[in-house]
Amino acid sequence: MNLSYSECSARERLAALLDAGSFHEWLPPQARITSPHLAQLGVPSSFDDGVAIGRGRLAGQAVFVAAQEGAFMGGGVGEVHGAKLVGLLRRAQRERPRAVLLLAESGGVRLHEANAGLIGVSEVMRAVFDLRAAGVPVLVLIGGANGCFGGMGLVARCADRVIISDVGRLAMSGPEVIEASHGVEEFDARDRALVWRTTGGKHRYLLGDADALVDDDVAAFRQASLDWLHRPRPMDLAALEAEHTLLAERQRQAQGCDDARELWQRLGVPEPASVPDLEVAALRPLRPALPETP
Amino acid sequence: MDIGLESMQWQLAGQQPAGDFAPVLVGVVGSGNLEVMLEPLPGADCEVRVETSARGFRPIWDAVVADFHRRHGLAGVRVSVNDMGATPAVVSLRLDQAVAEWRSRQP
Repeated sequence: MNLSYSECSARERLAALLDAGSFHEWLPPQARITSPHLAQLGVPSSFDDGVAIGRGRLAGQAVFVAAQEGAFMGGGVGEVHGAKLVGLLRRAQRERPRAVLLLAESGGVRLHEANAGLIGVSEVMRAVFDLRAAGVPVLVLIGGANGCFGGMGLVARCADRVIISDVGRLAMSGPEVIEASHGVEEFDARDRALVWRTTGGKHRYLLGDADALVDDDVAAFRQASLDWLHRPRPMDLAALEAEHTLLAERQRQAQGCDDARELWQRLGVPEPASVPDLEVAALRPLRPALPETP
Repeated sequence: MDIGLESMQWQLAGQQPAGDFAPVLVGVVGSGNLEVMLEPLPGADCEVRVETSARGFRPIWDAVVADFHRRHGLAGVRVSVNDMGATPAVVSLRLDQAVAEWRSRQP
């Protein structure tokens, strides 16, 4: 039976994604490691500060995992939330599990804890790179209703692999942020079709920002995680230069482009107007060959 | 204006010993929602602690907690709640969900 990934809570995702009963949590809710800032602002804490971290098994293989809870403050990264992610990544560097899975669902830095959250995100990015350099791959799974934005969008693209569903979203500035700063003529955050074709999973997959596009199904995320577990992205100068080449090429292709549909057309996607309506399985073969596929 | 959270606590004498158990967590702190955690507590009390962003509803919480305790009468339990403005019906449902989860794990 299909279990919707987007409709699950963070803890339900962990329970369904990992081998049954294998999740062992660090700093669990009863430890009450909560934000030191929120109560002063009249905002209730969550016992886990909106992220569950620990170890578990994926088809018998040892993995470390973190799952952000989007329903708690949009999955925002505050001081404790960020420190839990960093601690998990640092511990992975010592204990060397097969991989680290980040179940990202976040609007980015928690504005209530602005500077602490910003520092937290930068520390997470540093820890991801250190871990990858040490040979432990980091996979980011994106399929929650809140998407993966802001600082966590940066973290996702620092990881080895990104697995995203068609209802998942990945970007730096969220739709509301763009509208607030550049006006509704620039970007109408209430235009759901626009939002999804600009930040949604299909768009990210077609552009090569995500390695796997899956249906909104926990079992599909589990299978894709297994498929990509042993395929780290090279982390050397050649890979970095290839990435820069890809981005420069995209910037060139996107010149004067007003809409994602036009960009898909320029990339050579057949019948770009039909992309939003396509099933995931039908869309996958339409991805253009990427400039580099390490 | 005081914008802090409101904290409340109740100590109720229970009849049904909960015994030792792994903590139970249900719900998520979000707009109109709450999380409820059950943990073992030495003694025969049912202790309820609430932190809520919606201030000034003490009489309603009194009624919801009394109703919960009348139905379950747990002893040796700490019930901790982080609330973001849930309605009384939602609070009651989450409390019942936590007890149902605890029961489902009993041998």
